[in-house]
Amino acid sequence: MSKPVVATASLAGCFGCHMSVLDIDDRILQLIDLVEFNKSPVDDIKTFTKTCDIGIIEGGCCNSENVENLKEFRKHCKILISLGECAIMGGLPAMRNGIPVKECMEEAYYNCPTIDKNDPKIMPNDDELPMILDRVYPLHEIVKIDYYLPGCPPRADLIWEALVALITGKELSLPYEVLKFD
Amino acid sequence: MLDVIRDVQSETGSVSEEAIVQIAAAMNVSQVDVEGVVTFYHFFSKSPVGKYSVYLNNSAVSFMKGCAAIAKAFEQEAGCAFGKTTADGNIGLFYTSCIGMNDQEPAAIINDVVFTNLTVEKVKEIVAGMKAGKSAKDLVKQFGDGQNQSELVKSMVNNNIHKKGLVLFAPFEAGSAVKKVATMTPDAVVEEMKVSNVRGRGGAGFPTGMKWDFTRKSEGPKRYIVCNADEGEPGTFKDRVILTEMPQMLFEGMAVGGYAIGADEGLLYLRAEYMYLKNYLENVLEKMRKNNQLGKDIAGKKGFNFDIKIQMGAGAYVCGEESALIESAEGKRGQPRNRPPFPAQVGFMGKPTSVNNVETFCCAARIVLEGGAWFAAMGTLQSKGTKLLSVSGDCKKPGIYEIEFGTTVKTLLEECGAMDAVAVQIGGPSGTCIGKKDFGRRICYDDLATGGSIIVMGPKTDILQVVHNFMEFFVEESCGWCVPCRAGNKILTERLEKIMHGKGSATDLTELESWCAIVKSMSRCGLGQTSPNPILTTIQNFRELYEAKIQKGKDYVSEFDFAAAVKESCAVANRKPLSEGH
Ligand SMILES: Cc1cc2nc3c(=O)[nH]c(=O)nc-3n(C[C@H](O)[C@H](O)[C@H](O)COP(=O)(O)O)c2cc1C
Ligand code: SF4
Ligand code: SF4
Repeated sequence: MSKPVVATASLAGCFGCHMSVLDIDDRILQLIDLVEFNKSPVDDIKTFTKTCDIGIIEGGCCNSENVENLKEFRKHCKILISLGECAIMGGLPAMRNGIPVKECMEEAYYNCPTIDKNDPKIMPNDDELPMILDRVYPLHEIVKIDYYLPGCPPRADLIWEALVALITGKELSLPYEVLKFD
Repeated sequence: MLDVIRDVQSETGSVSEEAIVQIAAAMNVSQVDVEGVVTFYHFFSKSPVGKYSVYLNNSAVSFMKGCAAIAKAFEQEAGCAFGKTTADGNIGLFYTSCIGMNDQEPAAIINDVVFTNLTVEKVKEIVAGMKAGKSAKDLVKQFGDGQNQSELVKSMVNNNIHKKGLVLFAPFEAGSAVKKVATMTPDAVVEEMKVSNVRGRGGAGFPTGMKWDFTRKSEGPKRYIVCNADEGEPGTFKDRVILTEMPQMLFEGMAVGGYAIGADEGLLYLRAEYMYLKNYLENVLEKMRKNNQLGKDIAGKKGFNFDIKIQMGAGAYVCGEESALIESAEGKRGQPRNRPPFPAQVGFMGKPTSVNNVETFCCAARIVLEGGAWFAAMGTLQSKGTKLLSVSGDCKKPGIYEIEFGTTVKTLLEECGAMDAVAVQIGGPSGTCIGKKDFGRRICYDDLATGGSIIVMGPKTDILQVVHNFMEFFVEESCGWCVPCRAGNKILTERLEKIMHGKGSATDLTELESWCAIVKSMSRCGLGQTSPNPILTTIQNFRELYEAKIQKGKDYVSEFDFAAAVKESCAVANRKPLSEGH
């Protein structure tokens, strides 16, 4: 049997979840034996070259590019996993939800402390730039998500165990410590 | 602290930053503590609420009775939207959760004065009166029945008592209960409570005799009796009517409790919505002191000392939860405590405290007079005596019914004129929603438990809309302490909306149910532990309503609207929105 193919991406996240993937330490060598990576920052493949078995996404959707990326993943991956708080709930970036977009953008481009008062006020509007969404969306509101791995970031062990469980078909144990809220 | 803040609020129309600084300094607490309290309660506000602040009830029954039209009329006449004050600062319009007037909706509270059965005409008159500078009290044209007419109440509220029973609304001779109890030993009083098997009327149904026994046996030089008159469960208003018509019996019941557990101080925690009854109740207390029914050596018995203070709430449903109520009575945010220790061990001011419902104390007074066995002869195996029900919604005779425990829903529906009922909400939003097939079931702890709220839904009422209203209520009233309740109820509400918008799938329905299970099992207090009930019990009993809304044969539907989502940011950046996948 050929190795399962895995793709990963970081959308509106901090890459902390990807760091946690790397945090499986020397098991990364086993992982390489177990799976083949396709589009992912791990191997720097930028576009899908084949259908993948598992897609892992960190971060929610805060702009149009995130949305397109996510839909691309859904199209190419048989199984899609929301990895971490940002992907599952919006996380830290979602703190802007509830503040009008206009206020956020003005704060970022007109009023933030690093902007010189004498500079002309410029709101970036090049067509090449992604468009900001009205709020940060969790992934499952935009496409179907098959599994969720909680945590900020999810512990390396959890990611490892989840992947092994998916690949080997064994049941994943989710102890209380992993799911508790406070 | 609540009293100080309340005074500032009513004198100046807000509790400003400046006032917070001053209160903190004067009371020697941190500003954050004061601000925490100000922002916790509905009736405190950091921004001005207007010389006249209108709080319109937005409960489900209020909407059944035309709240939407009334709201529109207020906005039109006053010239400002809900959540705002008029430019001249004269009138403020706000929504608030159920104010205990479900039998006479739509209703609103304006500067502590209650206005019921509102019509567009009445709204016009009221707003004109406010614009003319009349006091809210002067805008009340007609008074309600019974003591609502008394000099100290003068309210348009009606009692609407449709059925009187043997416990609550039988004649009660002033002073009789304290006189009787003075001839008994505290042991005997507790024993009589146990014989009667009376269970708490506040909703949880804990045996009162046992609670008093625990409290009495808790070590300490001082104990307290607290009466829970927060009555916040939407659809309940029976305590309002007891407070109006039977305050003497209630206060004697509290004295009985004090005698039994060895407390010489009692506290009546009265919800802010019932402010209009405060002077009247104070007057009853004063009379009782004069008549040796309260105070020192009550009924001539040496050492039988008991007095009662009234503590006003400030608008928060969760303050009905007994430990939150105690926190609030101590002047803090009304957030539930971790339990154990239970209030019976560590309660008000850290002392053993028995918190009981208004109706429970009335039962206690009656039990002392008639005996536990007399009481236990009524009702069912596990539910003795009678129960006051507050019936509202789609029925001809909304109001108060004192029924014997074990009465079927069907019998009640016949009595209140609701033969076309399709669904009945038993026990308020935190209770159960049942359909026709269950109308033969009985109202009692053994079957359908209720703190008293019965909301009838007829064929014209949209049940899912009611469920949604209940969920919004819980979102609003969650104290925010724990995530499963604070965030969970929001998630439940949004998922419900998705289904109601016709954008749901079978997956959404299953996930909705699993979210319900999470919120119920992971929340800290009774609010979160019951808040998913509107959804859960309607999925159980009215699954077809949900099925009809979901998209068949799809396992996933998204509600995401790309064009709408990018519209605002593109407008701000002055660029043309590109379509998806450009
Ligand atoms: C969210 C919440 C709200 C409550 N509201 C009330 C209330 O308004 N009145 C009341 O008597 N009990 C209320 N209770 C129940 C009280 O916690 C407590 O059980 C009751 O006051 C005890 O009195 P009882 O034994 O006489 O019923 C509430 C409980 C919860 C969890
Ligand atoms: S969940 Fe935490 S670690 Fe992961 S992307 Fe979000 S903020 Fe970073
Ligand atoms: S369950 Fe809700 S109301 Fe109760 S403590 Fe938690 S957040 Fe507060």
